[in-house]
Amino acid sequence: MNWFRQTFHRMGSPPYFYRGARKWITGLYIVGLALLVVGTIWGIGFTPADRLQGDSFRIIYFHVPTAHLSQLIYIAVAVAGFVFLVWRMKMADVFMVSAIWLGAWLTAFALFSGIVWGIPTWGTGWVWDARTTSVLVQLFLFIGLIALRGAIPNSQRAALAVSVLAIVGVLNIPIIKYSVDWFTTLHQPASIQIGEPIAIDLAMLWPLLINSLGLYAVAAGVILSHMRIHVLRRERDSEWVAKSLLTK
Amino acid sequence: MVIFVMLGSVVTLGLAYYAMQQNLEFFYLPDRVVSGEAPIGKTIRAGGMVVTDSIERSDADLTVRFELGDLEGSTFPVVYAGLLPNLFAEGQGAIVSGTLDEQGLFHADQVLAKHDENYMPPELAELHQPE
Repeated sequence: MNWFRQTFHRMGSPPYFYRGARKWITGLYIVGLALLVVGTIWGIGFTPADRLQGDSFRIIYFHVPTAHLSQLIYIAVAVAGFVFLVWRMKMADVFMVSAIWLGAWLTAFALFSGIVWGIPTWGTGWVWDARTTSVLVQLFLFIGLIALRGAIPNSQRAALAVSVLAIVGVLNIPIIKYSVDWFTTLHQPASIQIGEPIAIDLAMLWPLLINSLGLYAVAAGVILSHMRIHVLRRERDSEWVAKSLLTK
Repeated sequence: MVIFVMLGSVVTLGLAYYAMQQNLEFFYLPDRVVSGEAPIGKTIRAGGMVVTDSIERSDADLTVRFELGDLEGSTFPVVYAGLLPNLFAEGQGAIVSGTLDEQGLFHADQVLAKHDENYMPPELAELHQPE
């Protein structure tokens, strides 16, 4: 617990974060990209085709990781919003600014890959069922957070507004998750659920797990690099920035 | 300002919930079609499993008739003229959009295939078949 508290406090310190994140970013990019290459080649070239969908099921290797990660990022932004509201931690705001962009892109890609998948399987790219609509709402929430952040010049007040909207919008997450169980939808229910047997054959499952891990690592790297840039920009007048830049 | 953002988002969510109350369900299940809960003559969506051996194709044109049902024995007939999606098959889920007439026949102008959450190679699927 002591260790956790110490790390938490250190992460709140911009110079400590700026130096510490650097080592992580390179590692995350290398591991993440390697996993993505392996998962993608395995998924496209070395898994059997599905009994009904044939080769079009392979879009799962891109659709599921992006969709899942985009929701995880939304939850993380809401948690950071809570941390900011309670402790006014600068780094929580820096995280939110960096993560909402990636969240928006990932949500957009999840929707796009869903459309590409829907055309050959459902017979349509888009319908307004509970799942697709709630994911579209998540995209609008991310865009709203980005717009709100940019619309308020005072960065402290902007961070406050973003935190509140992020926390209110987290209501959408259980709606996305359970939309396929609560309502009739065109989208199929989840294949991987806690407490239930996995409905994906093992030969098809591995690349999905590898691609998911790879995407998480790359996304963490992207967010950390963004955060470092934001930290530098915010602290540009401080002594440690001048020092760390001059010594390089 | 925090209160303003909070109020704004709560109002938006409230309105969205109000607007969606009627529309959250994407389609009528077979039992609701059979029981007469689904409105007649209005454009609606209904869905179910394509009943085995129920597909009848016309020799003259693209007209196809089939039945959609659930596991409890409620089924309703559908007539459709057009191309079916690749995944449309007996024993698989399908969603039709169109109108229901007084005789309980569904005139579809769109048919969508609803696939399930199971993914397996064809060889394995054969092993899973009961016969």
